[in-house]
Amino acid sequence: MTVQTSPLQNTLLARARWTWWEWLLWVLALASPMLLSSHALIINEIAIVALFALSLDLILGYAGIVSLGHAAFFGLGAYSAALFAKLVMPDPLLGLLVSMAAAGLLGALCSATILRGTDLTRLVVTLGLGLILMELGNKLDWLTGGADGLQGVVMGPLLGQFEFDLVGRVAAWYSLTVLLVVFVIARRFVNSPFGATLKAVRDNRLRAMAIGIPVNSRLVVVYTVAAMLAGAAGALLAQTSGFASLDVFEFHRSADVMLILVVGGAGWLYGGVAGAIVFKLMQDALSSITPQYWTFWIGLFLVVLVLVGRDRLIRPWTWFGQGKKG
Amino acid sequence: MSEPVLSAQGLVMQFGGITATNNVSLDLQHGARHALIGPNGAGKTTLVNLLTGVLQPSSGTILLQGQDITTLAPHQRVRRGMVRTFQINQLFDTLTPLETLAIAVSQHLGLGGTWWQPLGGAAKVTERCEQLLEQFHLTEVMAKPTHVLAYGKRRQLEIAIALACEPRVLLLDEPVAGVPAAEREELLHTMAALPAVVSILLIEHDMDLVFSFAQRVTVLVNGAVLAEGSPDQIANDPRVMAVYLGQVDSQTPVAAQAVESRHG
Repeated sequence: MTVQTSPLQNTLLARARWTWWEWLLWVLALASPMLLSSHALIINEIAIVALFALSLDLILGYAGIVSLGHAAFFGLGAYSAALFAKLVMPDPLLGLLVSMAAAGLLGALCSATILRGTDLTRLVVTLGLGLILMELGNKLDWLTGGADGLQGVVMGPLLGQFEFDLVGRVAAWYSLTVLLVVFVIARRFVNSPFGATLKAVRDNRLRAMAIGIPVNSRLVVVYTVAAMLAGAAGALLAQTSGFASLDVFEFHRSADVMLILVVGGAGWLYGGVAGAIVFKLMQDALSSITPQYWTFWIGLFLVVLVLVGRDRLIRPWTWFGQGKKG
Repeated sequence: MSEPVLSAQGLVMQFGGITATNNVSLDLQHGARHALIGPNGAGKTTLVNLLTGVLQPSSGTILLQGQDITTLAPHQRVRRGMVRTFQINQLFDTLTPLETLAIAVSQHLGLGGTWWQPLGGAAKVTERCEQLLEQFHLTEVMAKPTHVLAYGKRRQLEIAIALACEPRVLLLDEPVAGVPAAEREELLHTMAALPAVVSILLIEHDMDLVFSFAQRVTVLVNGAVLAEGSPDQIANDPRVMAVYLGQVDSQTPVAAQAVESRHG
């Protein structure tokens, strides 16, 4: 059935439509574990980090909430998945859902802390949250294994059929599929009226209230959803590596995912994916060239990126133009 | 006289020892064009904040269409038809006018929580957006990000957003403030063409506008109502003149004096 749409409606709906390069990108992504089977491990890692970055984009790019403690939800998801596999049952998909529920619950509880205050206070509150969870993971060693991490996590086969293999191809497909499903849903979510009202809150909270948007309830929902998705990313990591350690709560995870969004651009969902690819590949390439000093080059890249601007950096032909265009 | 659409009774707002609003009562009739004037620091902004729910009054009640809304949150008042514009533009800078209006219309139609359908998926939303864009002369710029628009256009959008919420009562806070002369006409036209069913409270410094637009004027001084009446009564009220002209014994009506000072 085709529905007649006015030109104006078309303008509005254009953003929600899938373009050809998006289809291409996802086909390539899903084919990559087969095409580049020797790199399945890093593909898996990229997919997980992309999912994590996507979850941060929902709150940072769409709702304007700056968080430096997003690893709290990532870590909780990782430990939930590992514990579920160890203590309850080894099915990965059930474990994934349980971890998302756990992280979402924590997100819902913590959302009260980000409703008020400025960016700076939120930064501190979210940072503190990450530290609290890490110390809990350390202290509750009877459950989490403390500083040794949670070892011996054995995952069952995916859908009862596909065993996780050593080269990581099944793992890569698993993570990519979860990423794709989440992405499709998130894409609808941000292009819906709900997502648009989030952007309104981000741009001008005062006015958002003045047109009848219940600002606080919007923020609670998006923060909970983002926590759930971060939890999913953490769960994928624990399930595909068979291991959960305190490292999942580390501050550098929260910081890295923020950098990834800066690299890829916040507020368009693909920023997380693009940033994850660039960041992980750079990390991989640089650390094989110079294992000790690769962070120097990452740092240099970030400085240049921010000073030159992303748009200009990916369009080298504009570097030597007349200066101004569009 | 019929029951007023908005009725504020004995509003008092105290900040510590300062009384910013002192026992203010104000009735807005159906379809009114009512202006609220007063010198700087008279408490106009505080009164607007009380009416819209940004501030909770220390005492007093606010009735909207006979219902007590004194304790409702700002967004709940908007749903009941109390909508405002801002003296300083409060827009969604990175969004386009079309998106902005689509958000406001969706929210008004109760679609703001929809998360599976795309924004603008409902024809009734886009139809209303189309009307509003036309009415506020924004059709040409509807797909540009709001922050690049000319100031006059942004000012139009400021009022268009409020109207997208289908207000019963519209509080216009200095709608022409800062608008260059060239764009002023267009804005005055849109204001004059606002639907008669919308009752308007205009908060304004510009006496030209007040006296051409309003059928009734309330003068606020030091947080209290000094006088209320028709524009003529207010223009010739000696107490009002004293406030606006200082204690100088002058026969110049307020309107003329205000025009003079604006050009001077």
